[in-house]
Amino acid sequence: MAKEMNDKVNGPAAAALLAGGIGSAAMGLITLIYELDDKSGFSKSMTWYKPVGGLSGKSSWAIIIFFVSWAILHFVWKDKDTNFARVSSLAIALLFVGLIGTFPPVWHLLKGS
Amino acid sequence: MEMNTREIWTVVHGMVFGFIFLLGFSGALYAVYSLKSERLTIEGMKKTVSIIKVYLWGLAISVWAAVFTGAWVVYPWYRATPPEGTTDLSTFPRSFLLANESTAQWHEFGMEWKEHVAFLAPIAATVVAFVVSYYGPQLARKVGERRAVMIFFIVAFIATAVAGMFGAFITKAAAVR
Repeated sequence: MAKEMNDKVNGPAAAALLAGGIGSAAMGLITLIYELDDKSGFSKSMTWYKPVGGLSGKSSWAIIIFFVSWAILHFVWKDKDTNFARVSSLAIALLFVGLIGTFPPVWHLLKGS
Repeated sequence: MEMNTREIWTVVHGMVFGFIFLLGFSGALYAVYSLKSERLTIEGMKKTVSIIKVYLWGLAISVWAAVFTGAWVVYPWYRATPPEGTTDLSTFPRSFLLANESTAQWHEFGMEWKEHVAFLAPIAATVVAFVVSYYGPQLARKVGERRAVMIFFIVAFIATAVAGMFGAFITKAAAVR
């Protein structure tokens, strides 16, 4: 029982949290860049599937970035103990970047419209 | 009592998958919050964690299903462009809302927010399910980890609640038919 309750390293949990933050921030930032100029080349490249429009690329990129960053971070930290307080604070901050970047009044504020 | 295919998919998206997550959230959050070593025996904790793991993965799968059915099945019907000369916009919700100044904000604010913020929910919910599964009963002794997990889970709930609330309002104003 004592063995089962031995502390696991926090690397895999830190990797998942940070990847979640990165994926969310990616969604927020990609959406923000898209909305600031929806006629730009970048914005046009987000239409992966015409019936869904730009949301197809924006959401797919965010999901890809989430899973790829998770795989990389997990590989790097799987046997390690990280500074969890620092990593989780960063992850939560990035999660809020996602919330801010997907909030339409922020787009209008930055566009000046 | 009849529903067409589009209406059935809209129900599956919001009232099945989205609703499961919203309904299950508070129970799951309390379960993670109450996972404290001083409250549970080791045996009790193992059983509780096993149930919480299944519960959280179920919620995560449900919210992934909600965003995928929403974005890839229902949304194309919502945003479809009406053919030239169409005067009855009732089967083109986006165009219907934008055609009138009094309803345009349902799309420009409500739908625009909903369709983007919703994607944060499955990402955050998956992270929560993974971290709880990874630590298992050990999470009871990890205050910082539990706190981070709860913040992620609350953000997942906020994102789903925004999406669900505007989904309901927009359906009232201009349903996908």
